[in-house]
Amino acid sequence: MSDVAIGAGKPLPDVTEEARVGRRRGVIARLLRQRSAVVGLLLLGFLVLVALLADVLATHDPIKVLLGVEPGIRPRTPPCVHLLGCTASLPEHILGLDGNGRDEYSRLIFGTRVSLFIGFVTVFGAILIGTVIGAVAGYAGGRTDNILMRLMDMLLAFPALLLALVIVTVLGKGLINAMVAVAIVSIPVYARVMRASVLSIRELDYVTAARALGDSPMSILLRRVVPNSLTPLIVQATLGIGTAVLEVAALSFLGLAAQAPTAEWGTMIGNERNQLFTAPWLILAPGVALTITVLAFNLLGDGLRDALDPRLSG
Amino acid sequence: MSAALPVPPSAATGGASGAPAARGGAARGVSAEPLVEVRGLVKHFPVRGGMLQRTVAQVQAVDGVDLEIHRGETLGLVGESGCGKTTVGRLILRLIDPTAGSIRFDGADVTGLRGAELKPLRRRMQIIFQDPYASLDPRVPIGDSIGDGLRVHAIGTPKEQREKVRRIMDLVGLQPYHARRFPHEFSGGQRQRIGIARALVLEPDLVVCDEPVSALDVSIQAQVLNLLKSLQRELGLTYLFIAHNMGVVEHISDRVAVMYLGRVAEIADRRDLFTDGQHPYTQALLSAIPIPDPELRRRRIILAGDVPSPVAPPPGCRFHPRCPLRAELGNPHVCETTDPPLKPIGGSDHAVACHFRGDAALEQPVT
Repeated sequence: MSDVAIGAGKPLPDVTEEARVGRRRGVIARLLRQRSAVVGLLLLGFLVLVALLADVLATHDPIKVLLGVEPGIRPRTPPCVHLLGCTASLPEHILGLDGNGRDEYSRLIFGTRVSLFIGFVTVFGAILIGTVIGAVAGYAGGRTDNILMRLMDMLLAFPALLLALVIVTVLGKGLINAMVAVAIVSIPVYARVMRASVLSIRELDYVTAARALGDSPMSILLRRVVPNSLTPLIVQATLGIGTAVLEVAALSFLGLAAQAPTAEWGTMIGNERNQLFTAPWLILAPGVALTITVLAFNLLGDGLRDALDPRLSG
Repeated sequence: MSAALPVPPSAATGGASGAPAARGGAARGVSAEPLVEVRGLVKHFPVRGGMLQRTVAQVQAVDGVDLEIHRGETLGLVGESGCGKTTVGRLILRLIDPTAGSIRFDGADVTGLRGAELKPLRRRMQIIFQDPYASLDPRVPIGDSIGDGLRVHAIGTPKEQREKVRRIMDLVGLQPYHARRFPHEFSGGQRQRIGIARALVLEPDLVVCDEPVSALDVSIQAQVLNLLKSLQRELGLTYLFIAHNMGVVEHISDRVAVMYLGRVAEIADRRDLFTDGQHPYTQALLSAIPIPDPELRRRRIILAGDVPSPVAPPPGCRFHPRCPLRAELGNPHVCETTDPPLKPIGGSDHAVACHFRGDAALEQPVT
């Protein structure tokens, strides 16, 4: 009875939905107020710069074996920087040489290119497929939803790296196959995120309005539902790049992804894993590089999530 | 207006009645054939549970509703939250599929239409929503939102579409420069105008207004109601006006239907209903309207208890567990056993579903 009365006002509607666009300019400002996001952005900017300028920054050809080319060179020669007191008679190598007598520093620089490429391409592929699966499952509902999401559950049931190992074993080793494997493994994450936001968007009045206007389901999905469901996906993708880089590096470490002589951080660690105590810099350098990369994406992802979620902003 | 739009050819085939096509044009203006005719409309939503998602119960949101909406009139549909009034609106718009019953629109049975068959019909019936915040796509400039119907139905060149949008915006009191702005830049009342413009751009015959002013400030409510009224006069619109606010319904409606728990309890001309409401539930609703005069006091009928769950509605008359009249009459048995049909009073438009009201009251022995 209580709601049959003149002027019975409803509580103010939730404005988070419509506020998304209005906040787009605000999002960048908010992102820049987050310390972690700024650190992540700076690190990522640094990495991208290194990757782009690899040819300039590298002192040597990353895959050229220098044994016998330069005097006084042995495998795993320690770092030698003339400015820091290394004898001028020895050739300068900032991070020394690896087990095959290649310049470790140059390999590290070029490895940035490979890792960023791996991260972006892998996640892009996974998002493309995951988004389609999630959007169709969420919008169609019923049996279609059930079948697609149970398939995704099956993928999720395996530990990611183990499943990636299986897929690489089936496809054969190689960097591209490893990226395909990691992409497949991460599809369910994006499918789930997409499905969840489609489920909430499709109940909104403007989707009903589009149906009442006579728009076709496919058009509604592409015009109304998907564009409004992307925000959580962007956050997930940023966090996902770090994971993808790490997983491909792990496969490389096991010798299943990037093949010699490609300069790839996982491979570099894998090749020298027995020399941890005799030549620790050969493990440390690519290890730190990987850490920084993953950290950059995670910090940025966390920052983006906070900036895009009005409930978390103070 | 698009009153001359052809009825979709497929629409006629779905009709169970003999000559649906003949009824379209011939009857108009003479016997005032209703624009919308709803018979025995039922919508049950399954409640799923358990591991296998089996249907464990049915929410009987709408359970046997008969309605007619005449051309050019406003039929108010009132009732408490959860009584099924919104569901009736969506069923008539064919946004959800009825469990049973039939819906005739402009003489043609549209109950069986599916998917693309509905598209020609969509052009002729539109909806205005309650929540002006959720009803507009936040990423689309409002000019595009308003013109969306023209795009969907491929009406006119882009230039003609823009011109049409501009005219509609002018009609609802929006400025041309608003077209490029986004929904968040508008107030609730303005957004409701945008929603109205979007619904009207296709020049529909029927507009279902689903609580269009419930989310607005009282001061804005009157503006939007008056806008709806003047648009109705100018464009010859027919409204199904869903609301829970008796005052709003009295202001805008020509006829009013009162719903309770998925059924129509009473239907009458506005004046009849507000001065001579017969159903005990209607009377309870009327007694709850505040009178803007502190000197006057009305005897308020306070109903006991809550609305029963539509999953398991009470047997017999759905209102009987809360009915003050039944208590007054000494709890007659018939209320618990027999569902009262909607019976006309004195052969007029006024009909009431109660064993003890209307013409039937005289014949019905009190047990």
